[in-house]
Amino acid sequence: MMHIDHAEQARNAGEQVHHFHGGLHLRHNKKISCETPLERTPLPGLLIVPLLQHYGPEAEATVKTGQKVLKGDEIGCFAHLGGGYVHAPSSGIVQAVARRPISHSSGADGWCVVIEPDGLDQWKRLEPLTDWSDADPALLRQKIRNSGIVGLGGAVFPTAFKTDEAIRQGIHTLILNGSECEPYISCDEMLMREEPDSVILGARILQQAIGATRTVIAIEDQMGVVNRALKQAVESAGDDNIKIVKITTIYPEGGEKQLIQVLTGLEVPTGGRPTDLGLLCQNVATATAVAQAVVEGKPLIERIVTVTGNGIRKPRNLVARIGTPISDLVEQCGGYTNDVARLVLGGPMMGYALNSDANPVIKAANCILALTQSDIRPSQVEMPCIRCGECARVCPAVLLPQQLDWLIRNQQWDDAADSGLADCIECGCCDVVCPSHIPLVEWFRFGKSELRSLAVERKQAETAKHRYEARDARLLRIKEERRQRMEEKKRAIKDGAQKQQKLAEAIARARARQDRNE
Amino acid sequence: MSRKFDPGVAPHFPPQLTVTGVMQQVLYALLPGIIAYTWFFGPGILVQILLAVIFALLFETLMLKVRKLPLKRFLGDWSAVVTAVLFALCLPPLAPWWIALVGMLFAIVVAKHLYGGLGQNMFNPAMVGYVVVLISFPRVMALWLPPTSIASHSLTFGEVLNTIFTGSLSLGLSWDTISEATPLDAIRISLASGRMVSEARQSPVFGDFGGLGWEWIANLYALGGFWLLWRRIISWHVPVMMIGAVVALGLVAYLVDPGSNPVPLQHVFSGALVLGAFFIATDPVTCCTSNRGRLIFGVGVGIITLSIRSWGGYPDGVAFGILLMNMAAPLIDRYTRPRIFGH
Repeated sequence: MMHIDHAEQARNAGEQVHHFHGGLHLRHNKKISCETPLERTPLPGLLIVPLLQHYGPEAEATVKTGQKVLKGDEIGCFAHLGGGYVHAPSSGIVQAVARRPISHSSGADGWCVVIEPDGLDQWKRLEPLTDWSDADPALLRQKIRNSGIVGLGGAVFPTAFKTDEAIRQGIHTLILNGSECEPYISCDEMLMREEPDSVILGARILQQAIGATRTVIAIEDQMGVVNRALKQAVESAGDDNIKIVKITTIYPEGGEKQLIQVLTGLEVPTGGRPTDLGLLCQNVATATAVAQAVVEGKPLIERIVTVTGNGIRKPRNLVARIGTPISDLVEQCGGYTNDVARLVLGGPMMGYALNSDANPVIKAANCILALTQSDIRPSQVEMPCIRCGECARVCPAVLLPQQLDWLIRNQQWDDAADSGLADCIECGCCDVVCPSHIPLVEWFRFGKSELRSLAVERKQAETAKHRYEARDARLLRIKEERRQRMEEKKRAIKDGAQKQQKLAEAIARARARQDRNE
Repeated sequence: MSRKFDPGVAPHFPPQLTVTGVMQQVLYALLPGIIAYTWFFGPGILVQILLAVIFALLFETLMLKVRKLPLKRFLGDWSAVVTAVLFALCLPPLAPWWIALVGMLFAIVVAKHLYGGLGQNMFNPAMVGYVVVLISFPRVMALWLPPTSIASHSLTFGEVLNTIFTGSLSLGLSWDTISEATPLDAIRISLASGRMVSEARQSPVFGDFGGLGWEWIANLYALGGFWLLWRRIISWHVPVMMIGAVVALGLVAYLVDPGSNPVPLQHVFSGALVLGAFFIATDPVTCCTSNRGRLIFGVGVGIITLSIRSWGGYPDGVAFGILLMNMAAPLIDRYTRPRIFGH
């Protein structure tokens, strides 16, 4: 009964706006980068295309040094999570396949295909599919996979994997996430303002590809222009199954689980996926990438990047090729101010600090944020926890961060796991409100990685134990079999001896009879 | 032409609050109450606050040195000052100077640092200090003054200092003439001698609801408390439940036996109930952390306070109520853990 209610509730996603626990009202700081229209970044002197631009292990290079590539050619491919590709952002010569800084959160270098553009920017032969509405959904999903599309909200999870899963589980509602909740970031807002038709087109194609019957596009209540633009685009597309819902701006309302809770009132079960509720969540920029991949046949080789912050002279949004050095984007935005102190890829709450602006733009790069000293926390002076409970008040996952922190520091991993460490979404709310300035999220990341390696260790130990037990059982079995064989043999020998004796007796009897007869 | 940057970890956001900020705001919120206290009962309380703060900082410095902790960071958190001020506000204004010394010794050295320092102490340090001196020195802790407006002799600042530092009154004065029972004491004494509450209330120490002067001090403590609520330094759960429990149970008692029980509002406006509800029971370190836990904590303190006032051996029970609930807080926290998202 409960389950049916939930299903009904999920089906009504977006009809009613709900709340999630905690969250923060943060200063938006988005206006500064929304005042200038989108502009393209010119072709750089060198394109450095990392082979790790998706969730999971690196892709493998499919090109060699010296090879000529066309714009849109596959230069790398990966097999996990349903597989996918990395493409050349322009035509030119592969100068090297080498390890370079790749703007990954780990901070480590990664394999990159370095392309020297020939300046012709010549496309490979494209295979557009203009009559997509008649196309087989499987073909659409194939296109998505081949175009290297990943979640452009920042998580870069391969889109094709999610769409395949949606088909397996059967879903009814596509949710397009247009509520970019982190301060400063405005790339999705600019996209929806300037290219609403392409967003709506993407929504319709995705809907068909996954067999959903309706789409809910969630935007923040502060995006008035976006709302009008999208409504108009929906009208001109003539699709009645697309609904635009304004939701209250409370960080992190754009997190997938929070957004689903806001739209349906339901919680994605721990360890589960939105597809368990019959929902699929995609970023609006991902939808646009899908539209381009299907209708124009173009793979994902560029994205909108917000270049902003008090450390940038002229903040704005740029359309940049993947692989363009970040310094090129900054230069196009008037360069840094004198008091710039930190360069962040992503937003101020969850983004990671870059060591250098020589790093390339990647598919995850929704924002390049240059902050000044006064924007960031002063060198951390940590005080003891005073148990004020603010962290628990703001936690959208309803965790007790101060408790988790204590458990992690004392390496009580089982208790930490029981207390929901794995459910932490690393949104940073607890960290910001902590009066003792405890780097809670850093501890949680550490704790989560420990939990993961512990799980691997345990699995290995378990396997080893299974093997050992199997070996024991096998040895025992062999021993038993040997014993049985021996026994049989003994019995046989014994039987043989008896037979021989009987035979001898019989012979003796016969002889005796013979003797008597003679 | 690339540029290097220093790394840092997310969130890249200035913190919204500091421990020092929390403590300082608690002190600001106490100011109206302290001013009213001085207005009604003379400058003695200011001397008590000053003494307690000096001893608290002395002991804090000593313990930080012994524990090899950075002095500047931990003295700068103002937590010892908050403890000292809350302790001093519980003292009779003319208590001898060594009361603050003994109280702070137990508050800062024993209750705070021997339990692990800031954030680790199980019991509220100010209340530990107060209860130690209350139990050890009951006679001096019972010498309260009447409001200056009805006092037969108004003490000069010199006389106040003299009394506090020498322990004896100036020539021509005796404790019998200048001291006066607190309203809670007055009711106790009166009930003990077989009179009704209404008769006890004829005494000039009573005001409209509670004690004369005391009710205004309570009002101004509450004002400070509302400000802390508005600033989100404290949450409503403890004060509302604590005062609510006292009023609800007090009302039942009053309706059953109006002769020996005061009207519930009198409970609210006498003694340390409002101060305790907004400033002491809400101490984050020793209270519960979850909101559901705080509700239980507040009710518990309220029930214990009213029980001690009605049937216990002391006129007020706020300090005991808070300390007893401090003991229960970890257990309450354990059983009021919220359901994790998606579980």
